[in-house]
Amino acid sequence: MLRIDHLSAWYGEAQVLRDVSLDVAAGEVVTLVGRNGAGKSTLLRCVMGLHAGQRGTVELDGRDLGRLPAYRRARLGLGWVPDDRGSYATLSVAENLTLPPTVGPDPWPLERVYETFPALHQRRDSAATTLSGGEQQMLALARVLRMGARLLLCDEPTEGLSPLLVQQVGDLLREAKRHGVTVLLVEQNLHFATGVADRHYLLAEGRVVEAMDNSEVRSRERELLSYLGI
Amino acid sequence: MTGFLQNTFNGLVSGAFYALLALGLAVIFGMLRVVNFAHGAFYMLGAFGAYVLLSEAGVPFWAALVIMPLGLGLLGMALERAVIHRLTRLDPLYNFLLTFGLTLILQDLVKSRYGVQSSPYATPSALSGSVDFGLFDFPTYRVFILGFAVLVCVAVWWVLTRTRVGMVVRAATERPELTPAFGINVGRWVTPVFGFGIALAGLAGVLAAPMRAVNPLMGADLIIVVFAVVVIGGLGSIFGSVAAGFGIGLVQAWGEAYLSDFPIVSQTIVFVVMAVVLLWRPAGLFGREEAPA
Repeated sequence: MLRIDHLSAWYGEAQVLRDVSLDVAAGEVVTLVGRNGAGKSTLLRCVMGLHAGQRGTVELDGRDLGRLPAYRRARLGLGWVPDDRGSYATLSVAENLTLPPTVGPDPWPLERVYETFPALHQRRDSAATTLSGGEQQMLALARVLRMGARLLLCDEPTEGLSPLLVQQVGDLLREAKRHGVTVLLVEQNLHFATGVADRHYLLAEGRVVEAMDNSEVRSRERELLSYLGI
Repeated sequence: MTGFLQNTFNGLVSGAFYALLALGLAVIFGMLRVVNFAHGAFYMLGAFGAYVLLSEAGVPFWAALVIMPLGLGLLGMALERAVIHRLTRLDPLYNFLLTFGLTLILQDLVKSRYGVQSSPYATPSALSGSVDFGLFDFPTYRVFILGFAVLVCVAVWWVLTRTRVGMVVRAATERPELTPAFGINVGRWVTPVFGFGIALAGLAGVLAAPMRAVNPLMGADLIIVVFAVVVIGGLGSIFGSVAAGFGIGLVQAWGEAYLSDFPIVSQTIVFVVMAVVLLWRPAGLFGREEAPA
């Protein structure tokens, strides 16, 4: 579904991605793991079309996204779940949910979102930034599911969440996957990653250094954790 | 008591102009991150256009009230497409140079054709006379301005808070980088929003024609106070600009009435208020600190 071919990216003079190639099949959940500064978030931004300095190819369903602006990519079914959760303070919770136009064949109706997240229903008229961190993360995920995105790009959705909420995020991603949604996920929590994902790419200094499956990550967990510095 | 009520009413009428102008500046700044120093020139064009339409074509006030905002809104959209949009990636200094340069060009164009003396514009006959409020009489035209400006502000607020377009404008104002990632073509709204802000300035200009001296510099005198209003309200804050507009109108009117023995105070009071507000709240009364990009 997503194919990244020889992608390089720069921030000014500094090269942050070097010749990255990877692919994600439809219905797969794939994580990007790596230390801070390895280029994981930049990779997601390149796919979303939010990063200007890049070279290489990003293909969605065989279509080269080239210089397509972010809003067109979103309308092709990319769902953006940013690391800061992207809550709008000047929009209510309901408005945050309905801001993106529905795009995919299978958008969640608002009723289903509210059934799944009673807290969002209860606070639907409040400013989104008055929600707790965990609720804002649910809002960010619910927003792209309501939109009907087919490929979710999630930047550390479990960061700073309590174990209970981490589990909720996992349940949600697994449910999305059951409905055929594809996920590319930046994640530092290896336990969480192996619980939701099918495969993993390890990034270091802007390169993909290893591709691993769940059993490999589990058997090398201690080594990986010390490498990641966690 | 009567004097106080009259001063208060006059302050609200001045405030109505500040509010309309500051509102336009606020929506433009929110969407484009451009401070439009040419705003006063468009206000002047609104008034002058109404004057020219009446004196040279016999077009009445009510028609000018529709024609000038529409025409200037279109001119604003053309200018946005031609030059303003080039400012997005440039140092803010160019923002100042370009829009201030536009001001000088527009002022001098009018000056070269009509000179610098003020032109009279008759109050529309339906709005001449005065309204009896019991304790005092008030010119009907000023009552109209106040009511009309409040109506426009409420309508803009309604569009911004209750419609999808308003939601998109709010989202793009708050998070210009993020919003396209949710499928919103922010660029599509930039030109109309700029045109709309300019149309508000034109509308204020037409409203000013019958009660203020119509001359090429009328906008330059007013806009300095309007910038103080925008800063006090919080740059880019819609509610703040309107509230501060009316508030500053009141402060100025009261200052002129009750501090007239101290002209140095009454003439600078707006800027004193601005300085105090900025010391207390650097982002203005209703502004929020810019989120890190």
